[in-house]
Amino acid sequence: MQLVLEKRTERSNTIALVSPLIAIGLTIVTMTILFAILGKNPLLALQAYFVAPLTDGYSLQEIAVKATPLVMIAIGLSLCYLANAWNIGAEGQFLIGAVAGSWIAVKTQGTDAGAWVLPVMLVLAAAAGALYALIPAICKVKFGASEILTSLMLVYVADLLLDYLVRGPWRDPNGFNFPTTADFDPVATVPVLIEGGRLHLGSIIALLVVAAAAILLGRTIKGFEIRVVGAAPRAARFGGFNANQLIILTFAVSGALAGLAGIIEVAGPVGHLQPGISPGYGFTAIIVAFLGRLNPVGILIAGLFLALTFIGGEQAQIAMKIPLDVTKVFQGILLFYVLACDSLILYRFKLVFPNRQVARGAG
Amino acid sequence: MRKPLLALAAGLLLAGSLSAASAADKLKVGFIYLGPIGDLGWTYQHELARQALVKELGDKIETTYLENVPEGPDAERAIEQLVRAGNKLIFTTSFGYMDPTLKVAKKYPNVHFEHATGYKRDKNMSTYSSKWYQGRYIQGLIAAKMSKSGVLGYIGSFPIPEVVSGINATMIAAQTINPNIKVKIIWANTWFDPGKEADAAKALIDQGADVIMQHTDSPAAMQIASERGKLAFGQDSEMIKFGPKTQLTSILDTWGPYYIERVKAELDGTWKSEDTWGGLDSHMFAMAPYTNMPDDVKKIAEDAQAAITAGTLHPFKCPVVGQDGKEIECKGGANLADGQILGMNFYVKGIDDKLPGK
Repeated sequence: MQLVLEKRTERSNTIALVSPLIAIGLTIVTMTILFAILGKNPLLALQAYFVAPLTDGYSLQEIAVKATPLVMIAIGLSLCYLANAWNIGAEGQFLIGAVAGSWIAVKTQGTDAGAWVLPVMLVLAAAAGALYALIPAICKVKFGASEILTSLMLVYVADLLLDYLVRGPWRDPNGFNFPTTADFDPVATVPVLIEGGRLHLGSIIALLVVAAAAILLGRTIKGFEIRVVGAAPRAARFGGFNANQLIILTFAVSGALAGLAGIIEVAGPVGHLQPGISPGYGFTAIIVAFLGRLNPVGILIAGLFLALTFIGGEQAQIAMKIPLDVTKVFQGILLFYVLACDSLILYRFKLVFPNRQVARGAG
Repeated sequence: MRKPLLALAAGLLLAGSLSAASAADKLKVGFIYLGPIGDLGWTYQHELARQALVKELGDKIETTYLENVPEGPDAERAIEQLVRAGNKLIFTTSFGYMDPTLKVAKKYPNVHFEHATGYKRDKNMSTYSSKWYQGRYIQGLIAAKMSKSGVLGYIGSFPIPEVVSGINATMIAAQTINPNIKVKIIWANTWFDPGKEADAAKALIDQGADVIMQHTDSPAAMQIASERGKLAFGQDSEMIKFGPKTQLTSILDTWGPYYIERVKAELDGTWKSEDTWGGLDSHMFAMAPYTNMPDDVKKIAEDAQAAITAGTLHPFKCPVVGQDGKEIECKGGANLADGQILGMNFYVKGIDDKLPGK
């Protein structure tokens, strides 16, 4: 007797709805056992993770701040992935956007430039991100180069360019040679929404991006094209859809969104350009995109949820003295269960009895 | 049906507030760490100091730490989380936390902050750091004596003044022993990445270096030097167990006494914002035992240590000659001024390398 995974003839909508709940349930059971082994009160620990961050305004703001770049990048990536274009280099597009926008901020520093500075920074960052993403897209379309490799490798190019700029030409002259630009002027800073908090205009922009993506995919021909090209390339060809054009388009859009996220992060919570502005947002966003099942609203929820585990992880470290490694195990277990349960949408478990199969094979 | 639930919730809340109340009498002290506490280098030494603090004042304080906090947008949140958890004195233990610490300090004027190795201060934000270049000078003497090839290998982290002044102090000392000494420098562009640090050590040894010095935090370079039968200096912590036949000495960060002093001041209500830059005389750092060297070299090292501690020897005694052969303006009388060392942005003569970003 053995247990095998069998492909379902059609996707199970019931499982699609309950699978995240099963995943969370399994995570809670596993973590309860783990906390008990560590000698921590599981109830209090889970409270610190999931409940405490949702009960005060400060933590809610921080969740939004953390989720903002993740959601913006993941929305762009989802368009690529739906169209079967594999942009792995959002991290690089994020950094290039941050660099391009910072250029204006650095050049106008202390010049009494007007309110035009921030809008120009945002536009320039989006344009730079889009152009940077077009490099792998064009290489793919013209030469058949794997966009997975080229987009990934361009991450390191962007990283080193940023590094060079903040150590060289853009270094803060009063910064004791430390690798950072001077703090941006107020006109080059993303405004904070609530006095004393960190919630900024970028979170609103992220919500607008989610809404725009939902409309694009749900209500427009272009959105339909994207989905058909990804899901049924042959059908798309018969339908006269140009797959190459869509690769270019989705790469450009996702690059623009990553670049925008980059400058918002730099001109918002960070306040200046420095190495390490991204703790891997471009890569984490890939997880967010798939966790949200490439659906705009799903991505919003997934981004907020992942942010919650970060904030909750910190609070658990503080309140319960739980080591950081445990919060990482926690995140890993959660992602593992979510993806494992998702496979049940397309597959199902089946018990197979070898004897009977042999009999059937003989007959 | 609702009432039992409410009662349960109230009970939980009550339990929560009770446990908070018993802890409220104690001063809460928070720490932000750059690496994991098991990095065996920089963060490990801060963690040892925290443990010493708890041992000394454990009945009066409660400590909390957050480890592996990246020096980016997450740092500000991590610091603020500690404030919101009731910590009244918070140590942020890496340079990159400077701006985030300052931002949070401005927001919470009643909480006191201690930032390691930075230069921005405020009414409620002190800075503290060590004159590690003094230890580097001693290492330079030992290295020049012990090197057979006359080539030293130096793994730099970032070309910031703290690191540059360390390289310069090493070379100034080494040149007093061997005027033709050479140093090969590799910038790892990281504080902690055992893989990269090991690669750098291998590359330096392949280029002829036989004494490896590092300004990165892991024992990886020590292990490589040990495998290849070369000599090396530890960094931040005692690394002799990674190279029993390799380690010459190590600059040990000994933050414990400072932490205890500052927490005591906080308990007494005498804490005020200060700029502490401690050297060998103030025990902000110490030298690990001088090992794997003949007695005459050991004597040179010990004499230099005694002279620096007594204040009769200054590594940056004027005249200091820059890489281009021109004398550096001497702003501190007989020696370079502290500000010149804290902002050091040049190599001294004899370093055959270009300072990144220059």
